[in-house]
Amino acid sequence: MCLMKSGICEMATTSISIAETPLVALMLERADDALILGHRLSEWTGHAPMLEEELALANMGLDLIGQARELYTMAGIAEGCGHDEDQLAYLRDARQYRNLLLVEQPNGDFATTIARQFLYIAFADPWWRSTMASSHPTLAAIAAKAEKETAYHLRHSSEWLIRLGDGTEESHARAQAAIDALWPYTGELFEPGNPDLIAQRVCPDPPTMRVAWNRTVDAILAEATLTRPSADGILRGGRAGRHTEHLGHILTDLQYLQRSFPGATW
Amino acid sequence: MYTQGLNNHDATANDTSANSERFQARIDAEERIEANDWMPKAYRRLLIRQISQHAHSEIVGMLPEGNWITRAPSLRRKAALLAKVQDEGGHGLYLYAAAETLGVSREELVDQLLAGRAKYSSIFNYPTLSWADIGVIGWLVDGAAIMNQIPLCRCSNGPYARAMIRVCKEESFHQRQGYEITLTLARGTAEQKAMAQDALDRFWWPCLMMFGPPDSDSQHSDISIQWKVKRFSNDALRQKFVDATVPQAHLIGLEIPDPALRFDEATGHWVYGQIDWDEFRQVLAGDGPCNRDRLAARRKAHADGQWVREAAMAYAEKRRARPAKLAA
Amino acid sequence: MADPAIPLWEVFIRSRSGLAHRHVGSVHAADVTMALQNARDVYTRRGEGLSIWVVPSNAITASDPADKDMMFEPTGSKIYRHPTFYDVPDEVGHM
Repeated sequence: MCLMKSGICEMATTSISIAETPLVALMLERADDALILGHRLSEWTGHAPMLEEELALANMGLDLIGQARELYTMAGIAEGCGHDEDQLAYLRDARQYRNLLLVEQPNGDFATTIARQFLYIAFADPWWRSTMASSHPTLAAIAAKAEKETAYHLRHSSEWLIRLGDGTEESHARAQAAIDALWPYTGELFEPGNPDLIAQRVCPDPPTMRVAWNRTVDAILAEATLTRPSADGILRGGRAGRHTEHLGHILTDLQYLQRSFPGATW
Repeated sequence: MYTQGLNNHDATANDTSANSERFQARIDAEERIEANDWMPKAYRRLLIRQISQHAHSEIVGMLPEGNWITRAPSLRRKAALLAKVQDEGGHGLYLYAAAETLGVSREELVDQLLAGRAKYSSIFNYPTLSWADIGVIGWLVDGAAIMNQIPLCRCSNGPYARAMIRVCKEESFHQRQGYEITLTLARGTAEQKAMAQDALDRFWWPCLMMFGPPDSDSQHSDISIQWKVKRFSNDALRQKFVDATVPQAHLIGLEIPDPALRFDEATGHWVYGQIDWDEFRQVLAGDGPCNRDRLAARRKAHADGQWVREAAMAYAEKRRARPAKLAA
Repeated sequence: MADPAIPLWEVFIRSRSGLAHRHVGSVHAADVTMALQNARDVYTRRGEGLSIWVVPSNAITASDPADKDMMFEPTGSKIYRHPTFYDVPDEVGHM
């Protein structure tokens, strides 16, 4: 059912408005995380440090874009305004995007990309695993698929982080710099979820993931001979649509054709 | 094709030793030549050059299409394009590995590319200026590549032939996704159709050039055919491509940008106009619209990745030195 | 630019349970963990596999093609190793 009062949600030419129930917001948060991180990984295409890793980065990007597509479709159904995956991805402004600030941070050097992937996935993997028990059957099904993918991402990014941290002096310095630079964005991972959704067991509450995240991060950083920054991650706002300057540029690329040729089919 | 530069090189192999005769007899009997088998030096050189040019083409070919991954107009298109460009990276990888069986390392081959000493297909030195270019590249460039690669699956060199079998199997979706994009645009708004026609106008002639110089120019493809590396002449493959493609364009209401194009009832072939071979030679010599950008992008990726590769090797070395402390 | 030569590995994949691992190609990787993951990322993108082996390429010892006659010809005359060499009455049925 469409919750928009007018019944006509929007014209195709401008940004769409979303009737954001807590469930719709949850789907969009997770979909936006996956799309923006997948988009960032896809920027590596043709520029990776070795050919084999070129394929690995694309595989992770494809996993994430696939997760985003399923989540957007599910959000559209939950919203009931007839929005499809592309309208949700291509016709919302930066202020309507709900992804974590962490995932929109630029690729930087390979260490930054690996650190970003690791810090996010160390949260997303246990979150999806726990969401497999969701009372929402579609979300549970998406979680079952996503968890297998994130489990591999966690292994891949952990091993690279160890390799870089414990590789050469240069790679160690770059890996530490990447962890330090991204650390302020990690607090946002644990922002509390909607109490009703938690009570209805639709998804786990992010703060409950902190123990698992700490365990993974501490173990891998130690093995990588990297130091965990002492300060807590304090930068946040993504879930409320207050982003870093980077997201606007991502959307400028991502949405360019849909915005330039309103209503066209591709 | 992806190895069009070969036609300009000499491949003299008038070796008359008994080995050479036995080798030719094996080729004539359609036997595959494997890594450890005896082969004439010129055959080895020819194969290394052809396979590495082919590999370089796949790798450089990721750049023009990669240019549109972040701007793909729908999530379905974005995923398909990313998967397609990823496949090209994979194809480059298979091909480098096939070349390595001939006694050359990937590092050497990459160095040749980055130093500007190796060639790759001229087509990737043209820019992708609109989304329609992605459709037309998939449809025409991959279509042309398939024409060339299917016969290569029966190439006399075992590792190359096996790599091509894998490549052809994976590539079957590439041309279809390109044609589907072009078809959607051709049936879309007036602006979209114009975009598709513009892309076809710009890519048609460079695609015909992909098959390499006319047979009358290339005296050296004979040895390639004698050794069953190549099975059809440049002009034969080019004609096959034109015959297959023209009706596909007409079906979706696009015009081939060739006023001289006509169907010859007598031969059953489409007759096409004069190809601008000066442009072809210019692009091959390094002066196409994007040669400098493409090489610069590859050099930057390689240079930026060096510390990563060094770190991976250093870590592997450390771990070998302390086997008790295996990673989790 | 001096680039470290990253070792080459041969990749073998079991496509279905019950089948043997089969050689599918090669990857470069610094260590065995990376080799296994690279093999997964390169060679199993279309559901090709259930199990992967990676072997350092330089660990493979190959027979010399020049020894082909000595190695493989002598077996040609040992036709008594094949069931068709033996005559049994048709009435016996399948044996």
